[in-house]
Amino acid sequence: MEPLLEVKNLSTHFFTDDGLIKAVDRISYDIYEGETVGLVGESGCGKSVSALSLLRLVPNPPGKIVDGEIFFEGRDLIKLTEDEMCQVRGNKMAMIFQEPMNTLNPVRTIGWQISEPMEIHRGMSREEGLKKSVQLLTDVKIPEPAARVNAYPHLFSGGMRQRAVIAMGLGCNPRLIIADEPTTALDVTTQAQLLELMKNLTRDYKTALLIITHNLGIVARYADRINVMYAGRIIEKGTAKDIFKNTRHPYTERLMASVPRLDYDTKKKLVPIEGQPPDFLNIPSGCSFHPRCVYAFDRCRVETPELITIFEKHEAACWRNVK
Amino acid sequence: MLNNSNQNLVEVRDLKMHFPITTGWMFKKTSGYVKAVDGISFQIARGEILGLVGESGCGKTTTGRVLLQLEQPTSGHIFFEGEDITGMKEKPLRALRKKMQMIFQDPYGSLNPRMTAGEIIGEPLQIHGMIDSKSEYKEKVKDLMVTVGLSPAMMERYPHEFSGGQRQRIGVARALSVRPALIVCDEPVSALDVSIQAQIINLLEDLQEKFNIAYLFIAHDLAVVKHISNRIAVMYMGEIVEIATRADLYRNPLHPYTRSLLSAIPVPDPEIEAQREHMILEGEVPSPFNPPSGCKFHPRCPIADSPHCREEKPVLVEMEGGNHWVACHLD
Repeated sequence: MEPLLEVKNLSTHFFTDDGLIKAVDRISYDIYEGETVGLVGESGCGKSVSALSLLRLVPNPPGKIVDGEIFFEGRDLIKLTEDEMCQVRGNKMAMIFQEPMNTLNPVRTIGWQISEPMEIHRGMSREEGLKKSVQLLTDVKIPEPAARVNAYPHLFSGGMRQRAVIAMGLGCNPRLIIADEPTTALDVTTQAQLLELMKNLTRDYKTALLIITHNLGIVARYADRINVMYAGRIIEKGTAKDIFKNTRHPYTERLMASVPRLDYDTKKKLVPIEGQPPDFLNIPSGCSFHPRCVYAFDRCRVETPELITIFEKHEAACWRNVK
Repeated sequence: MLNNSNQNLVEVRDLKMHFPITTGWMFKKTSGYVKAVDGISFQIARGEILGLVGESGCGKTTTGRVLLQLEQPTSGHIFFEGEDITGMKEKPLRALRKKMQMIFQDPYGSLNPRMTAGEIIGEPLQIHGMIDSKSEYKEKVKDLMVTVGLSPAMMERYPHEFSGGQRQRIGVARALSVRPALIVCDEPVSALDVSIQAQIINLLEDLQEKFNIAYLFIAHDLAVVKHISNRIAVMYMGEIVEIATRADLYRNPLHPYTRSLLSAIPVPDPEIEAQREHMILEGEVPSPFNPPSGCKFHPRCPIADSPHCREEKPVLVEMEGGNHWVACHLD
C-alpha cells in the first residue's frame, strides 16, 4: 500500500542574523491512510517547524525548506505552485494549532469560520456552510450547536474553542489532520475529552492524524507509530510498542525515565536527563545528544549517526546499535 | 482540639475566600460572589508534602495565597505552628513569613530582571536581617547556589542569562534562603520541559529530605503530584472532595471526580493504556458565578442519579481505615 504522506529528507533552515538554524534536518517519515502517528520531542526540537513545513507555512524569510520531498497523495507538495498549495491546505490537509484563541478570528462568528473553508473548497453557499457547521459542532459535542454557530469565539471556553477548531479542520473531510500540541493549553480532563473525540472522529471520517506533542503518555495511548525528534532530527522511529518496549535510543530511554508515572506505586526517584536541551546555533558535534548521553563514547563525539534499522520498521540513530 | 499540638505545622479550618463581583463603573455594586475557596479544612504536618490537585479555576492557587496570608480570607482560620495567623498585623506577619515561602510557576515572571541571581537569592536574608556582614552574605548565597545545583560563578548574572530550569533553581534558592518550615509550590514544574521537570522535582525532593521542609505542592498534573506527595487533596470548584495518602488515593480512589482525573492522565506504556479503563468526563466545569446545587460535581458525574446529589451538599466523611476522607453521597 502506498503511504498517504511520505516525507523524504526534509530540511527546513532558518537564516537568522545570529547564524544558520537547522530546525528540521533531513527527516523522513510516512503516514498511511487512517493511521495515527505521533511526533514526540521537547520544545525547540523542531517538531512544530516540521509540521509547518508540510503545509508550506514556514515564515520566509527567515525560514526556508532547503531540501527534501513531501509526497502527499502521490504529488510532491514542494513542487506545487502557491495556488495549487492553497487547494491542499484546509482541504486535503488540515491543521489544529496549540492556541485555540489565536487560531480563531475574534471578529467573526464560529459558524462563519467553520463555513469558510467549505465555501472555498467545496463551493458551498454561506447558508449550506452554516448548516453543515451546525452538524460539525454536533459532531464535536458542543452543546446547543444551533445557537452556538452564531456566537463569537470569546464566548467559548478554551476547551470549546479547541472543539470548534477541530470542527473547522474536519469540514472539508481532509485525508490528514496535523494536530500540533492540540491539548497542551487545556486541563487534563478536557485534554482527555478532546483526544478521545479526535480519535473517534478520525476513525469515523477515516482521516490520518499526525499528533505532535511532548507528552509521552498521549502518544502511548493514541499513536500507532511514533517518531522521536531531538535537535531537528528524528532519532528513533517505530511502532508505539517498539518505542516503549524495545527502546533503542538513549534519548528516548531517558525521556521515559524522567517523567513521573501514575502507575508506579513505590516512591521511585526520577532519572532526569542532565544538562540543557541543545542550542540550535551551537549543535554539538557528532551525535547532538552526546553531551547529555550517559553511554557516549568517542565515535559519538565526532561522527553523526544515521537511522539504522533495528528490526523491520523500527529504526534508531545511535552508534550503540552498531557494534 | 482548639489548642493545636505541635505535630501539625499548618492547620486550615473552614477556610473561605469569596471574591465580590462588582457591576457599575462609578457606583460599584456587588452583584454576587465567586466562591474561589468555599469552606476547606486540612492539615500539613512538619516535613510533610501535601499535594493539591484540580482543574484550572478550582481554587488551588487561591488556597496557597490565602495560606501565606497574601490574601485575607472571607472567613475561616489558619493556624501556623499552633498560632492563628488570620488577620494578623503586618509586623508580626512579616516575621512569620521567614517561616513560609513560595515558589512560583513562571520562572520568567517571578524574578526581577534588574537584579542579579545573587541579589535575588540574598534579598530575603537582608529583609529578615539574617546576615551581619557582606562576606557572610556572599558566603550564604554561594552555599545556597551550590545547594540548588547552580554554579556560584553565576552569582553576578541576570535572570535572562539563565535557562528556564536554572531560573526555577534560583526561585528555589530564594525560598530556601530563610530556612522556612513551609514552602508553597504553585505549579513549580509545569512551565518546564519534560527533561528539566525531573531535575527540579528531584531537587525539591532532596531539599525536603535534607531540611525537613513541608510543602503544599499545587499542580494540575496528577502524575507529578502523586510522585512527590505524601498525601493528596483533590479540589473541585473551591471544595476539597477527597483527601487521602498517595497510595490510597491511587489504589482506591473513591470520589468519581478523582477517578476521572486519574483516568484522564495517560500512562506512557501502550500495553497498559490498551487495557486501562478510560472514564472520560462529559461537559466542562460549570460557571463559578452560578455553581450547581447540591453536590457541585453532579452535572458531570457519571454515577450521580439520586435527587440527593442534586439537593444536598455532601460533606467530607472519613472512610474505614482512617486517613481517607471523601465528600460523596454514593458509596
